[in-house]
Amino acid sequence: MDFDPVLLSRLQFAWVIGWHILLPALTVGLAAYITLLEGLNFVTGRQVYVRVSMFWIKIFSISFGMGVVTGIVMPFQFGTNWSRYSDATANVLSPLFAYEGLTAFFLEAAFLGVLLFGRKLVPQWAHFVAALMVALGTLLSSFWILAANSWMQTPAGYEIIDGRFFPTDWLQVIFNPSFPSRLAHTVVAFFITTGFVVMGVGAYLLRRDRSAEEGRTMLSMTLWLLTVLVPLQIFLGDHHGLNTLKYQPAKLAAIEAHWEAGRRVPITLFAIPDEKTEANHFSVDVPFVGSLILTHEIDGEVKGLKDFPADQRPPVAIPFFAFRIMVGCGLVMLGIVLLGGWLRWRGRLDDAPLFLQLCQLAIPIGFIAVIAGWVVTEVGRQPWTVYGLLRTADSVSPSLTGSDLLISLLAYVVVYLFMYPSGVLLMWRIVRIGPATEEPDAAIEAGRPKAPVLAGGHVGVGDGA
Amino acid sequence: MTQVLDFVPIWTLILGMAVFFYVLLDGFDLGVGMLFGFAPDTASRNTIMNSIAPIWDGNETWLVFGGLGLLAAFPLAFAIIIPATYFPILAMLLALVFRGVAFEFRFRDGERKTFWDHAFSYGSGIATFAQGVVLGSFIQGYEVTGRAFSGSSFSFLTPFSILTGIALLFGYGLLGAGWLILKTEGDIQSAARRHGRVCLVAVLVAIAIVSIWTPLTNLAVADRWFAWPKTLLLAPVPIATAAVAIVTWRALGNSQAQVMPFAGAILLFVLSYSGIAISLYPMIVPHHFTLWEAASSDRTQAFLLVGTLVLIPVILMYSSWSYWVFRGKVRADIGYH
Repeated sequence: MDFDPVLLSRLQFAWVIGWHILLPALTVGLAAYITLLEGLNFVTGRQVYVRVSMFWIKIFSISFGMGVVTGIVMPFQFGTNWSRYSDATANVLSPLFAYEGLTAFFLEAAFLGVLLFGRKLVPQWAHFVAALMVALGTLLSSFWILAANSWMQTPAGYEIIDGRFFPTDWLQVIFNPSFPSRLAHTVVAFFITTGFVVMGVGAYLLRRDRSAEEGRTMLSMTLWLLTVLVPLQIFLGDHHGLNTLKYQPAKLAAIEAHWEAGRRVPITLFAIPDEKTEANHFSVDVPFVGSLILTHEIDGEVKGLKDFPADQRPPVAIPFFAFRIMVGCGLVMLGIVLLGGWLRWRGRLDDAPLFLQLCQLAIPIGFIAVIAGWVVTEVGRQPWTVYGLLRTADSVSPSLTGSDLLISLLAYVVVYLFMYPSGVLLMWRIVRIGPATEEPDAAIEAGRPKAPVLAGGHVGVGDGA
Repeated sequence: MTQVLDFVPIWTLILGMAVFFYVLLDGFDLGVGMLFGFAPDTASRNTIMNSIAPIWDGNETWLVFGGLGLLAAFPLAFAIIIPATYFPILAMLLALVFRGVAFEFRFRDGERKTFWDHAFSYGSGIATFAQGVVLGSFIQGYEVTGRAFSGSSFSFLTPFSILTGIALLFGYGLLGAGWLILKTEGDIQSAARRHGRVCLVAVLVAIAIVSIWTPLTNLAVADRWFAWPKTLLLAPVPIATAAVAIVTWRALGNSQAQVMPFAGAILLFVLSYSGIAISLYPMIVPHHFTLWEAASSDRTQAFLLVGTLVLIPVILMYSSWSYWVFRGKVRADIGYH
């Protein structure tokens, strides 16, 4: 069969990591939020924090379980499909991945059991420490994975011997040029994603007028958080863009669909980029703003795609549109946060049904932005796995045939398309049941309320709205 | 860099331990997963599930560390073995996905309870079989050209690798039965004792077949075990295996023995594992590359070693703590209900 193993391997990797990244996007933020709630309860003794925490622990436990199993798939992809990449880069990158396992995976896994089931088995401070360790683990995981990812974008601290990379300076390898801005941008993105989920669920609970106190706590806390984080993220994104301009000019040119180099370049709001004619169709430009945004100078010089040989350019349309989706999400987020702030200032946050509905609609917005941003950065890296040094086409396992790939890709597609909706359905059910509203004496014992069906009406599946 | 210290033996030891921990820990919970399929009613299924609920993902973490450790310490071996076992690894990963989410989904998803129950036991079984197949194909060796696997993605499939796949089903089943005897009482425990005996017999048959088959087809292995006077030196391994087998068989039948069946199963794994290690050392890609040839650079091994030596004891400490928190027989009020 004539399927291209490289293309199919890329699709497969995109498929498994695209689904996987949605889970850290939620669990990194949720772990921190649960820790905050447990901490607040520890300090203030207010029970509402425990009820909110126990509610989110249930959601967290499902998403974390899904994150673990889809995460285990990832390192094996390097071996099954990208063995030449593994052979070439292992000396530099593998310790970063291994350190993720050592510092993050074990920490999360060991303390997760105590967080989920240990509330009555250990003292309250130990339970809080367990939450803290899980949250720390998720952050350490982001640290190492993004260090490795960034090194592929902006390699540093290495030498090449016989076509393989060897480390010369570990600090340069880890803190490579794009790492700090990427780490900040991604972790804040994860927090914001979680923030919109929590805010939307809080709005739903408020609207439904059951568990209103819990809903109000969720909405109010996260609105404050997002008021800080969304503007911060816009700043960080801009900073990350400057970094891309400096180190990955071809990627930036693709993001902006700039074909010609120049000063005082316009910003293209919309266009249909055409790689064959090396031009844009139907483009809507705003003069000068391109240079201003990208270089922070009206006269700043920006490279164009034509500055790079055709076989060293990334695809143009995908990063171009994905970037606009991401920025669009950011602007909508900013709008919601500003509106929420204004309503809060007027003291009308609770009874603004339209705003609550808007928050509910915005639940998936962070996920969309995360996926779009990830597409921008990874498709923009093409045609390289290690930017400018190792081609994607030279990275794939040589033994694989197109039909091997067809089987495996199909298997991943079927399994993920079955598993994710099941997971979302279960989380939706938990949301519908809502947090326990009365004193959670019985439920608190076991760390999480009894499962609806087996517990025989303890929480009661039938009384969901 | 001048060679100050040879890191390869250290990494061999660490990785050997990591893989063994994985086999042991996920081994018993995959085994429990398979035995779960034989449980007669919802109540005992719940108890069985709860016996591993708090610890299973900690156990599975050793798989990630084993895979990443192989990539870090012996990248050439990783780049050959993993693509060579493309389909068993695919099957293992997808089975682990199903089995892993079943922990969560089974209890939240009322109507489809039976589906996730099946996903849990079949997922455990398929993942185990796939791992056994990987082991068998690893022992047999791969076709290699230059620095890459050059066979077909289906060449892993041989009678020998199928045998090791089946053997591991019973092996993990034995570990799982040992765990259930340790953690449960009453009917569940008696069932585990019966299942444990069936698994033990099958495991011993499999060990015998592999021990005859491997030296017959691999001269290096034959030479390792049967050249005088090495035979004398290595004789304790099969003798100890026989002794442990007898003790385990008795413990499985003795309703007072709570810990011994699990301990016996672990010892059998220790012995089989060392048997394989003795047969293959110093090859990491049998017939092609030794541990030293496949090793990563000194800088890589040194950089990772520093952190590993600090972190592994810490990990062992807090992992043991989390086992300690959930010690004793499974309580009905802890865990998923």
